[in-house]
Amino acid sequence: MKPENAIQLTGVSKTFDGFRALVDADFTAKWGEVHALLGENGAGKSSLMNIAAGLYGPEGGSLFIDDNAVELKGPKQAARLGIGMVHQHFKLVTPFTVAENILLNLGHQLRSGWHRQRLRQVSDDIRAMAKKLGFHIDPDARISRLSIAEQQRVEIVKVLLAGAKVLILDEPTAVLTEDEAERLLTTVQGLAREGAAVILVTHKMNDVLRYADQVTIMRAGQTIARLKPDSVSVDELVKLTVGESAERSEPVMNAAEPGDALLSVRQLVSQVSDGHPPLNGVDLTLHRGEIYGIAGVGGNGQSELANVLMGLPEAVTGEVELIGEGSLSDLSALQRRQLGIASIPADRYGAALAGPLSIADNFALGDIHSGRYGPPWWLRQRAIENASDAAVLQFDVQGVRSQKQKAALLSGGNAQKLVIAREFSRPPNLVLAHSPSRGLDVKATLAVRERLKAARDQGAAVLLISEDLDEVLTLADRIGVMSAGRIVAEFSQPADRQAIGQAMVNHV
Amino acid sequence: MALISSWLGNTPEFAVPFALAALGLIITEKSGVLALGAEGLMLVGAVMGIGAYLSIENTPLALIAAMVSASVVSLLFALMVLVMRINQVISGLVLVFFCQGLSTWIGSQFGWVNRPVPGLSEFAVWGLADIPILGRVFIQNAVVYATPLIFLLSVWALYRTTAGLRLRAVGENPQAGDAAGIPVLGYRLAAIVIGAALIGLAGAFISVLSTKLWIANMTGGRGWIAVALVIFARWSPWKALAGALLFGCIEALIPQLAASGIKLSQYFVFMAPYLITLGVMIWVAVSKRDSSSQPGALGSPFIREERT
Repeated sequence: MKPENAIQLTGVSKTFDGFRALVDADFTAKWGEVHALLGENGAGKSSLMNIAAGLYGPEGGSLFIDDNAVELKGPKQAARLGIGMVHQHFKLVTPFTVAENILLNLGHQLRSGWHRQRLRQVSDDIRAMAKKLGFHIDPDARISRLSIAEQQRVEIVKVLLAGAKVLILDEPTAVLTEDEAERLLTTVQGLAREGAAVILVTHKMNDVLRYADQVTIMRAGQTIARLKPDSVSVDELVKLTVGESAERSEPVMNAAEPGDALLSVRQLVSQVSDGHPPLNGVDLTLHRGEIYGIAGVGGNGQSELANVLMGLPEAVTGEVELIGEGSLSDLSALQRRQLGIASIPADRYGAALAGPLSIADNFALGDIHSGRYGPPWWLRQRAIENASDAAVLQFDVQGVRSQKQKAALLSGGNAQKLVIAREFSRPPNLVLAHSPSRGLDVKATLAVRERLKAARDQGAAVLLISEDLDEVLTLADRIGVMSAGRIVAEFSQPADRQAIGQAMVNHV
Repeated sequence: MALISSWLGNTPEFAVPFALAALGLIITEKSGVLALGAEGLMLVGAVMGIGAYLSIENTPLALIAAMVSASVVSLLFALMVLVMRINQVISGLVLVFFCQGLSTWIGSQFGWVNRPVPGLSEFAVWGLADIPILGRVFIQNAVVYATPLIFLLSVWALYRTTAGLRLRAVGENPQAGDAAGIPVLGYRLAAIVIGAALIGLAGAFISVLSTKLWIANMTGGRGWIAVALVIFARWSPWKALAGALLFGCIEALIPQLAASGIKLSQYFVFMAPYLITLGVMIWVAVSKRDSSSQPGALGSPFIREERT
């Protein structure tokens, strides 16, 4: 008889640079079930699954597959034992084709023959597997040409073709639209019904409630509960993942009191790239004291719009005017800041912070020209550190052991809080926020949203560009839907979710 | 006419060291290892080729000995960049200076300096050597004829075999390669050692077949030109071969100019290759061609348990 347990980890620990990512964690998934591994960012979900997939070596504990104790020496051996993992950051070689990527992964089970024959065979296998799963995949397409959702499908096909029976998906829905997520989860549910074990690493309650048969909850490197999702309420799940102390709710949205128009964007068109202009006539007006949310499927010009407004180089025609100050078009990012524009870019570590610099230095960058920290040829380190210290306290940036600590060592949520602390160190007129809570856990997300709302209440205009419709719906006073480089529809609150969803997809 | 004929005829001999060194560099760099040490490995190949010939008096075996020696020295580089993960730029520079000293010392220690060797005899390709003006091009030694074949073999291995696919994958995205179960460091080691063998052959070509003797630092910066050539060729072997012909052409022109009575400062002549390299680099930068052909992970060490 086949054992019931597909994979079992007991007493697993792991330390990274003195940080205890996993403390005596236990996990069991059975054949034929979709098993959700739920927890906040940094709870240790990915670390635990990376150990199961043979990518990290554990410091203690044991691993059983089919009730047999095994010691994994690497991902290759894990694959041979039928464990396949789709990582959050895809492990694909982007200049290669789909077939080449999958051939790479089949190393240990290659049939003999010439390279070309193998590629042809793999292409056939890909088509067959894609058909079975209901995906559309062209084996000869280059990965760099595929969308995120398509790349994810390639990853899944890759793992299944390598013979995976235990399928681990790390935050699979984080990068997908609602439709894509639903289709994906239905497909993997089908795989579980056919006997596979599917492990879903996620921090989305909805994914767990709708698709999981079992859920294991992790907090601070430990597995703290294992239960059936239909036996608990959402509130209980949240309480378990976040911890008792952290019962905070979404910011209460009092009605906006919009003032005068502050920002006017007219007919913004960018240069053609990839066959069409990413921005194709954006028009919008933003008032003081309101949050304007831009919703839309990713890749419809949101990043380009954010860059244009923040003053990063994008070749565009059209007019951007800060009312009372005149056109912004010829102003550098620095000049824009001096007009009171605060920006929270989507790429926290790449565009917002200089990772190898200290927290204090990163904080000071926002206001370094003001003379607050001394003349440009004699910066007063002490003044910088004091100001940064005060801001860290005020904005509740956790994990700061010293002001001299590198900013890159902050977790996502705390890095974002540091960015906001800097941007809000002088009260802003206009806040540009691009995906401000992407990848943050519940607590940090709430803190970020609270700050945006506070800025609005103090009379700033806030432009919130987000691919997370829930975020836009909870936070924005007015909502513009962006599609194919234009604002195609505007809604005021209370907005109809269905209608927004329609607008998001209809104009593509 | 005779001038042009002998200029063209000399071009392949000047082009082959560039071509082989550039090919060796491409193979190494396709695996994601930034190789700046070509100048040093060429010197090792050059001195050991002469030394091996003086000891065993067999030119083909001497060339093979030169290749093996360069590979052995490259193991030191591999130790630095793969195992100890020392910065690849610094490791490459250290390798050059170490090899300059090592080759000079070995050469004088064993008395190999200025001892002439016979090289390989040149032979004509049947029929082609009688073409007017161009004919001289087809009277060459065996290694010159072998060079296009070595390129053909390398391109086939890189782009038409599973092993080549893996090697390039490791250079583009080692994390993906690792997750696919490819021994990343093993492939990188192989790429360094094979690349070094070709670079060593390039060096031995200069000493054993071209100049036919050993003088300290005789490669005269050709290794650096090969490094530039690889960037110029965007890591494409065929473009590197074309570039090597171009540089060979220019280098072959210098003695012709001197012979025709045009007076050039010898210091200008020494500077010329670098001047041309500089020009090519600026041209590549200004023409803004896409950088996507550069191996994605070039220069970055591979560490598995890195949290991203």
